[in-house]
Amino acid sequence: MLKIENLHAEIDGKEILKGLSLEVNAGEIHAIMGPNGAGKSTLGYVLGGRPGYEVTEGSITFNGEDLLEKEPHERAAAGVFLGFQYPVEIPGVSNVQFLRESLNAQRTSRGEKPLSGAEFLKLARAQADALGLQQDMLKRPVNVGFSGGEKKRNEMVQMGIIDPAFAILDETDSGLDIDALRIVGDGINRIMRQPTKAVLLITHYQRLLDYVQPDRVHVLADGRITRSGGPELAHELERQGYAEVAA
Amino acid sequence: MATKNAEAHAAVAKKYEWGFATDIEQDFAPKGLNEDTVRYISAKKNEPEWMLDWRLKAFRVWQTLEAPDWAKLNVPPIDYQDAYYYAEPKVKKTIASLDELDPEIRRTYEKLGIPIAEQEVLAGVEGARKVAVDAVFDSVSVATTFRAELKAAGVIFLSISEAIREYPELVKKWLGKVVPQRDNYFATLNSAVFSDGTFVYVPKGVRCPMELSTYFRINAENTGQFERTLIVADEGAYVSYLEGCTAPMRDENQLHAAVVELVAMDDAEIKYSTVQNWYPGDENGVGGIYNFVTKRALCQGRNSKVSWTQVETGSAITWKYPSCVLAGDGSVGEFYSVAVTNNRQQADTGTKMIHLGKNTKSTIVSKGISAGRSDNTYRGLVRVAASAENVRNFTQCDSLLLSDQCGAHTVPYIEVKNPSAQIEHEATTSKISEDQLFYAMSRGLDAEAAVALIVNGFAREVLQQLPMEFAVEAQKLLGISLEGSVG
Repeated sequence: MLKIENLHAEIDGKEILKGLSLEVNAGEIHAIMGPNGAGKSTLGYVLGGRPGYEVTEGSITFNGEDLLEKEPHERAAAGVFLGFQYPVEIPGVSNVQFLRESLNAQRTSRGEKPLSGAEFLKLARAQADALGLQQDMLKRPVNVGFSGGEKKRNEMVQMGIIDPAFAILDETDSGLDIDALRIVGDGINRIMRQPTKAVLLITHYQRLLDYVQPDRVHVLADGRITRSGGPELAHELERQGYAEVAA
Repeated sequence: MATKNAEAHAAVAKKYEWGFATDIEQDFAPKGLNEDTVRYISAKKNEPEWMLDWRLKAFRVWQTLEAPDWAKLNVPPIDYQDAYYYAEPKVKKTIASLDELDPEIRRTYEKLGIPIAEQEVLAGVEGARKVAVDAVFDSVSVATTFRAELKAAGVIFLSISEAIREYPELVKKWLGKVVPQRDNYFATLNSAVFSDGTFVYVPKGVRCPMELSTYFRINAENTGQFERTLIVADEGAYVSYLEGCTAPMRDENQLHAAVVELVAMDDAEIKYSTVQNWYPGDENGVGGIYNFVTKRALCQGRNSKVSWTQVETGSAITWKYPSCVLAGDGSVGEFYSVAVTNNRQQADTGTKMIHLGKNTKSTIVSKGISAGRSDNTYRGLVRVAASAENVRNFTQCDSLLLSDQCGAHTVPYIEVKNPSAQIEHEATTSKISEDQLFYAMSRGLDAEAAVALIVNGFAREVLQQLPMEFAVEAQKLLGISLEGSVG
């Protein structure tokens, strides 16, 4: 599904990713772990197409298509979803309006019929319920005045509504208490644990992986994947620390 | 060169879809401005002697005045002799029913989406209220709808030319009382050569049963539009009035110098909403309307209220300060404004809240959005007279910048002569954030849709003041006005 080969990327002339290769197949959940500053978030942004992150070498293909050629909104329409570590506030724009416009823009570009207001609301309410987000949060401006945990849950509501083929979730577990962590973990399994879908979980800690069982775990250090293994690698990291394992 | 121009026009035309011209035979006043021009206009309108005298007096004052230059605007010299001051479609003067309207003019308004047939609602808006329309085409009002129904409610809604003939006492009583003839250069010019506009009178205790609106269209080349609007709400009356405006794309600049006067008596309320979409010129600043407008409300009565809401997206130059004179004790003035400038547009706009009465209140919310190489200035005055006890004012001015070559400026003037006043002023300036843009794009919106969404969110407080019919149009307009401004 996703194939990254020898990826080099820089910000303001500083190289952050230094030859990263990774392949994720449909039906798989991969976890990327690593110390601060290793390039985890950069990988998420490069996959999402954030301006300012320049790819100098290597390739990324998604379902055989060159992902790097696409604009961020084209990547979204192709089925790529980026869950933000710090979800952004958009004052004056309600969650409902934001998501309906976004979803319908994706649908239109795929040649599908846009959802009506009523159809959309039904979908949005079901997703908010499933993630324990109050209904009135749908009417509130995007992320404005939300707690850290609410923002992360809102990201999952968005993912549920958009229903992507591939999700990159950047530290979705940070800022969550134990209960919220379980709800978010359940959400990821419910929405994404399907034979046609795949997930790249970017995280510091093992704890989210207690709820979302990864098929593969990779250690990202200094811009490269230094180790890969099964779920047991995450436990090893938790016990011994990155310095030991990544070296 | 011609081809290049045509291509450029085609590109702009996509963004300014109201830029077509209507091919219709018109009567013009002789080019230029002198006493004969004033007499010509007055004669065309079959005006009584007092009206002509009033105009001539204004014209003589105007000749002694100089154009103001205190605004943060770069206004090229305007040759007042190189323009037409009156253009009238050659059609039947009085039409018995709307069916007799010239088909070309009817088509023009259809293309603009303005209902001049008495249809129930504006096209495409579900559940909207009825809207009565006065359609002003260059210098004359060509149609006014729902007259009979309004008359049954006691509401007078007609063109100002007709009002001068049919309700001379009412017009005489109020014309020039809120904006005096010598108020300022452009208002004085308007007083001399105003051609048409709207007159509204809502009698005591009447709540106007529908939205009233005027749609101004400049069509003719080299022609200025000088409309005059006068709205009087008698004791306890309520009226909501909307105005919209567009013009064809032309390479030369055209002058629009309007005067709007509002009067609210005891417990009366007037809600005045504008969506200004005059042709803004092309991306190099060629062409576009010069919009020099004087709008003022007199809250004469106790507990009267006037609320101005404006969405300004058009015009090459905008100079406009809809104001409230809060004379009646307990009267309330509000000003909600969104001003968008793109390319080479310049806007210097704001309000004046003049507190004369006790316990008067005013609220100012201004949202300026600048893109391209444009300049956008908020200029506002809050004045509290010595006699005005317990005045309250709240002002909020927010500016959003979309490029690194545009300007946003906030120039508040606060003059308080009574120590009991409470005045608050908040101002922010921000650049559209890359975080917001990327976040919206990563959810599926292209760059332009993302900008439109963020800008609409920024302007929401103001947009939600508009009647529903206009809010939908205004939201779309904000997006269209900013097309091509990012990326």
